[in-house]
Amino acid sequence: MDGMLDEAWALSPSVALRPEPFGALAYHFGNRKLTFLKRPELVAAVRALGEQPTVRAALQAAGVAEQRHPAFVAALHELAAGDMIARRADATAPDHP
Amino acid sequence: MTQTPTRPQTGTLVEQFEFGLDAPICLTWELTYACNLECAHCLSSSGRRDPRELTTEQCKAVIDELERMQVFYVNIGGGEPTIRPDFWELLEYATAHHVGVKFSTNGVRITPDRAAFLAASDYIDVQISLDGATAEVNDYVRGPGSFDTAIRALENLQAAGFKDAKISVVCTRHNIDQLDEFKAIADRYGATLRLTRLRPSGRGADVWDELHPRPEQQRVLYDWLMAHGDRVLTGDSFFHLAAFGESLPGLNLCGAGRVVCLIDPVGDVYACPFAIHDNFLAGNVLTDGGFQRVWQTSDLFADLRSPQTGGACSTCSFYDSCRGGCMAAKFFTGLPLDGPDPECVQGYAADALAGERQPPAPSQDHSKANPTRRQPVMLTLATSRPSAPPVSACAESPLAGFVPSQP
Ligand code: SF4
Ligand code: SF4
Repeated sequence: MDGMLDEAWALSPSVALRPEPFGALAYHFGNRKLTFLKRPELVAAVRALGEQPTVRAALQAAGVAEQRHPAFVAALHELAAGDMIARRADATAPDHP
Repeated sequence: MTQTPTRPQTGTLVEQFEFGLDAPICLTWELTYACNLECAHCLSSSGRRDPRELTTEQCKAVIDELERMQVFYVNIGGGEPTIRPDFWELLEYATAHHVGVKFSTNGVRITPDRAAFLAASDYIDVQISLDGATAEVNDYVRGPGSFDTAIRALENLQAAGFKDAKISVVCTRHNIDQLDEFKAIADRYGATLRLTRLRPSGRGADVWDELHPRPEQQRVLYDWLMAHGDRVLTGDSFFHLAAFGESLPGLNLCGAGRVVCLIDPVGDVYACPFAIHDNFLAGNVLTDGGFQRVWQTSDLFADLRSPQTGGACSTCSFYDSCRGGCMAAKFFTGLPLDGPDPECVQGYAADALAGERQPPAPSQDHSKANPTRRQPVMLTLATSRPSAPPVSACAESPLAGFVPSQP
């Protein structure tokens, strides 16, 4: 399973999310990239990232069933590549049971 | 009010865009109709300042509203926006309020000092209009001295350390064979080349027949874009060329009133910067309750966001990518809005263009009443309209620099 699930991430500080009927639009003020989040659960998960200890917890909080985690992690990697979300330095991955 | 059609729960991003967004993603704001130049093809028929132009305070109120709506950036044009005395103040106000700015200019006020100011900001992008890679070709449409003005601006920006300015070119039959030279100019100044489509909007209607690329040049342009497209911006303006085969990168859709719109110098809101005409006027930011209200509730925009029919195009096998082309180009050439684009690369508009058609009369014109020495010479040769004029956002194009991606 992807290591990201146990890491702590957050929306990049230079990114703003704008709600849209289909999900949300994310804008990065630094690199001026515009990205569309087409699934409302992805929007909820991205918003939850900063409040939850791990990506897994954020996905759970957003109501994403476990079998769909890989697809969401792939989407999060894509967002990470555009610096839309970033790893939080302040948290370390917890030892999970 | 028109009934809003029901938005599908799934579907591609483009299908979602057709139903419109809560706020535009490509908003052009023309700050003034005043201009120092008199370009022959000015999309907004600029020249003279409109006495009803929004005041500084009114402009700031618009910026406040854009911030509330989370319109993250705006393309500022004109006229020549930098000749508004409060231009720099508005620029700072916008960026301080989380509204990034890209502005289009002919370069006249990009002095070394201003270039240094621009280089110091993270949220300002500058786009210099240049419609010929040589003074001869450029000045033919933009007027004497305009090539030198643009190049000086690029030199000043580069010397100040401004990174990645844009050079915006409106493609005409005179400059299609200069594409490599434009690219070389952009490389020389560390700038990015941006090519956009000549549309018969504003004074462009007067010179379109004479300036728009010939059919065989459309192919040259398409091939060039296919070969160099990854390093060139197009503002998604050439999706009608998709009918040559492969789609070009970008959104293949007319965004007018859906994701694109224009606020003009007096606060009128139009569906697209290339559609300044009463038929595409959605309302006014001062008299209709603000921009948000116009964007979200105008009847015109509701119409543009309801499913459109392809008309004569719907049997065309390229309809999915070409979508019948540009609404403004059809409107201002007097063609039906649900038929082929006047530059349909499959040739389906040729008959209609050759036949009887009635291009609409302009519903406004801010051209200078008397031509000045800045007037491009071609006007005296080519058009019936005596006044000439200026220009600038000549190249403002919808969805500029916008790369859709959808995790
Ligand atoms: S296709 Fe034409 S009318 Fe539509 S948004 Fe683009 S320029 Fe405007
Ligand atoms: S017929 Fe219409 S859809 Fe087909 S290529 Fe021409 S303009 Fe495009």
